[in-house]
Amino acid sequence: MGVMKRVTMVFRAKANKALDRMEDPRETLDYSYQTQLELLQKVRRGVADVATSRKRLELQVNQLNQQATKLDRQARDSLAAGREDLAREALTRKAGLQSQLQDLQTQYESLQGEEEKLTQASQRLQAKVDAFRTRKETIKATYTAAEAQTRINEAFSGISEEMSDVGMAIQRAEDKTAQMQARAGALDELMASGALDDLVSGPHDDIQAELDRMGAGHGVDRELEQMKRELSQSAPPQLEGASPNGASAASAIEQAAPVEQAEPVGHAEPVEAEPVEAEPVEPAEAREPE
Amino acid sequence: MIVRILGEGQLEIPDSAVDELNQLDQAVESAVEQSDEAAFAPALAALLARIRAVGSPVKADDLRPSELIIPQPDATMDDVRKLLTDEGLIPG
Repeated sequence: MGVMKRVTMVFRAKANKALDRMEDPRETLDYSYQTQLELLQKVRRGVADVATSRKRLELQVNQLNQQATKLDRQARDSLAAGREDLAREALTRKAGLQSQLQDLQTQYESLQGEEEKLTQASQRLQAKVDAFRTRKETIKATYTAAEAQTRINEAFSGISEEMSDVGMAIQRAEDKTAQMQARAGALDELMASGALDDLVSGPHDDIQAELDRMGAGHGVDRELEQMKRELSQSAPPQLEGASPNGASAASAIEQAAPVEQAEPVGHAEPVEAEPVEAEPVEPAEAREPE
Repeated sequence: MIVRILGEGQLEIPDSAVDELNQLDQAVESAVEQSDEAAFAPALAALLARIRAVGSPVKADDLRPSELIIPQPDATMDDVRKLLTDEGLIPG
């Protein structure tokens, strides 16, 4: 008989069953109109849900794109610094990211298509619901003859078919959206937990760290030297004194505080500072020798 | 006559095209009956392509029911089987 005819019969049978349940055909009209309005609400919610999912996916795509750009920059920096090994690593990771991106892009387009279809379905249903309302009032006003029944049947199966179609479309969109949300949620979690860092931004950690080390190496050495010089000039006694005594860290601070402050300020402030720090220190000192 | 493509709306097609569409439809049906996945998708696509080629959109506020209903373009064989048993239809 053909798929089309059989599918149509199933739709008709369903509409007729609903129609038969009603005793007064006019009651059918009002009841059906109510259901139509509810379905319209549902389609609009469906459109909004799909849009939300799409935007979320958009954010994720942007994030991954940024990371890919960063990896690309790092690869260039590495190459400029003569580190082909690092550049290769960065590009390898970028390639991994890009396959993820492609996947997301496909899903994004599919969601976009779904959103468009639902939006159009919502507009079609709106037009049919409006037409049905007009027809319903006309039929009710002239309802005297049996022929009205035929007109009701026709309007009813027309709208019922549209409703079944839209209802199924919403169902499909909801299923797709749910899948997408689950995936987006998993990706968000991965990004937040840092697990994806191994693949995504982790590269930036070790590659960037190595680049930073190379770039900043001399600066760090210089700074270290300077710090060492400063320490040896300003506080030689406490460095020697702290460890041989086996004193607690707190007592080292106790000693350090007046010394550090003594240089710029003089004796006034260490006097204030001492009692504050001395309090917790004394019991600690008392215990340790035991 | 009016044909509905599920998820897309209704099209008015000339009666002269019906025989040809029925033949294409037979191919879809036999693919479903024989569970021939490889034949199914192209058969459905061919039927849809022909309907789109000969049909013109029905106005959205037209309340006439369709004489033929065809599954959505991305329907699987499983989807079609459900449609044939009204399992796939939304209740209400």
